[in-house]
Amino acid sequence: MVGQRKWSRRTAAIVFLTPALLCLLAFQLLPMVSSILISFTDWDLLTHWTKMNFIGWDNYAQVFREEKSYTAIRNVFVFLLGYLPSIVVLGTLLAVMLNRPIRGVKVYRAAVFVPVITSWVAVSIVWRWLLNGQSGLINYLLSQVGIQGPIWLQDDFWAMIAIILVTLWKDIGFVSIILLAGLQDISEDYYEAAELDGASPWSKLWRITVPLLSPTLYFVVTISLINSFQLFDQVLIMTNGGPAGATSTIVEQVYRNAFQFNKMGFAAAQSWVLLLIIFVSTLVLQQVQRRWVVYDR
Amino acid sequence: MRTKSGALLLLGTTIVLSACGADKENNTASPSAASPQSSSTASATGSATAAPSDSPAPSAKDPVTLKLMTYTASGQEQTLKAMIDAFQAANADIKVDYEVVPYADYTTKLNTLLAGGSAPDLFEVGYENFLTYAAKDQLLDLTPSIAADSSFKPDVYKKLAYDAFNYNGKQMGVTESFSDVVLFYNKDLFDAEGLAYPDASWTWKEELTAAQKLTDAKKGIWGTYAPIQFYEFYKTIAQNGGGVWSADGKPTLNSPANVEALQWMIDKASKYKVSPPLNDDTFNQPDADLNAFVNGKLAMARFGIWNFAKFSEAKFNWDIALEPGNTQKAHHFFADGLVAAKTTKNADAAWRFMKFFTSAPEAVSKRIEAGWSIPAVTDPAVMDAYYKQKPPESKQVVTDALDSLVLPPVGPKPEKWGEFTAAVGEELDKAKLGRSSAQEALDAAQKRVEALVK
Repeated sequence: MVGQRKWSRRTAAIVFLTPALLCLLAFQLLPMVSSILISFTDWDLLTHWTKMNFIGWDNYAQVFREEKSYTAIRNVFVFLLGYLPSIVVLGTLLAVMLNRPIRGVKVYRAAVFVPVITSWVAVSIVWRWLLNGQSGLINYLLSQVGIQGPIWLQDDFWAMIAIILVTLWKDIGFVSIILLAGLQDISEDYYEAAELDGASPWSKLWRITVPLLSPTLYFVVTISLINSFQLFDQVLIMTNGGPAGATSTIVEQVYRNAFQFNKMGFAAAQSWVLLLIIFVSTLVLQQVQRRWVVYDR
Repeated sequence: MRTKSGALLLLGTTIVLSACGADKENNTASPSAASPQSSSTASATGSATAAPSDSPAPSAKDPVTLKLMTYTASGQEQTLKAMIDAFQAANADIKVDYEVVPYADYTTKLNTLLAGGSAPDLFEVGYENFLTYAAKDQLLDLTPSIAADSSFKPDVYKKLAYDAFNYNGKQMGVTESFSDVVLFYNKDLFDAEGLAYPDASWTWKEELTAAQKLTDAKKGIWGTYAPIQFYEFYKTIAQNGGGVWSADGKPTLNSPANVEALQWMIDKASKYKVSPPLNDDTFNQPDADLNAFVNGKLAMARFGIWNFAKFSEAKFNWDIALEPGNTQKAHHFFADGLVAAKTTKNADAAWRFMKFFTSAPEAVSKRIEAGWSIPAVTDPAVMDAYYKQKPPESKQVVTDALDSLVLPPVGPKPEKWGEFTAAVGEELDKAKLGRSSAQEALDAAQKRVEALVK
């Protein structure tokens, strides 16, 4: 009886897992494996797959030879430089504010989260209109306070800044809700004890809040880093990688090479190089975290 | 116990089906799409060879379904539907399902469908892409169907247009329509300034002089406009005696004539200020120039003749003229062909539809009535109807422009067309932004194209 019960539990597990596993296999694992294979071929989408040629490491060599790869990587790092510190600092500040016992705080928390659940496509289209250099609302508001706004999306300097700002606006809700959960995990006792010892608000922030929040901060930094490397939707819709390649990103290059230029093998190689970049970056982050992330309470 | 695990299995399979949403859709869609096709292939070929193609086959058989994908019908869906209805009325054994895809997504979608083995039976390709698909062996050779069709004579089409879709001696498509780009002008604005209308003798100089008088910054009216992008570039350099490729297929992007032409494109906005500023956000949106013209904010602009219908709602008089050139005339020429996928199971049904859609008088006259580009047919009665249709008054210009047509500069490697146009386009963007001079931009473009065709 016991054995039978065990067996049926296992059957049940298999039965319940099969759908998810099948989907995982069909839509994740299989494409991943085939993209490795494709990255070593000259497949151009239109040639029948049985007729593609294996060309060894040529695609990978080409990725590192092509100037556009470096432009894309540089653009992503420019984005990271503007985005990552801002999202962490602003997200923490917002989380601290949302953690206060203000009236209607739940409404604010919900409001902050609304951009997160909106689709990137819709958001990008709306922002493209708001940021219109001649007739956009943003430049109108700026002109009301005496600033002549730039032609955001038609200018190779301001376009990336516009992308950073819009991404901050969209992601800050997610980051601050995660950090808020981290904040609420910190016991009031620490603050009360610090109060008794006469600690200043500044040292309370640096000696209590930040160290105890550091595991959450680490999570936020990692997620934001990976998302930044995958920068795509907003770029494709708001600037289409332009003007003159100023907002061209790695994923945008992969998309263009694969689906507009039909260079499937090359695009597959590019995406594996991207994986490598993300892997190394998170590895570095993990090494560094030992110095600043506190897990003991 | 057994019934319990049976129920579990049932539950499991239900979850599989609902979890893999895409799978489920395919399962329900494929039997309905595939089975009539395979079952009626024989009947379609049978009826096509037995009876002349235009006579309706016995309606007792299940109709063959042809899938058609198009981009030129965008905005002309009603006309397309009317033409298909006319075809189905005459051919009860064939049903045509159509899908209109916006041009911006068309190639991506088509390539993916072709790669996935689910290409539509019939689809449109522009002349500049035709060679790629033909070379990649994606298209059905129509020669056998044409040979078997005793009622068909190739001379229903204009010879140049018909031969454009011939690849290595095999007819792999027929020209559905052709179109060109000419100079559109707002007559009322010219009258208000007391200026003579543009004519065939105009060059860039006359265009500039007129544009300077017509520009009225206060009212937001611009004298002339042409976007700075690849298509406009290859036409404009031809008007200055330049070109993208030398006779033996070497890139010549940074020739002095080309640099001069690009400088002229930029100067209209930045030096003479007769065109909107180059970083004007509104003018960089799709169709903004068309809307500006309809709203009377543009005195002269270069547009495709497929916009006639759109401009019929304009509240002013307008007409067309040949484009001013510098050292010579040059006009865009686009030919859109209808081709069949190599994988189609209904070759003869596909051929019957292609023939009807592109040459049958009852089909092409609908196209003409709706102002949806020009069929490439020779029948004078049909073409007469086209020229009689007004506005514009000077309809003959559409044909006159063909004397100086420039084809899309496909170059020695047709399959790199997308990459090549994107590379040049990006360098043009830099010149437009003022980040590089016309010379620097074209030097850079030359380098990139040399690397591409190496």
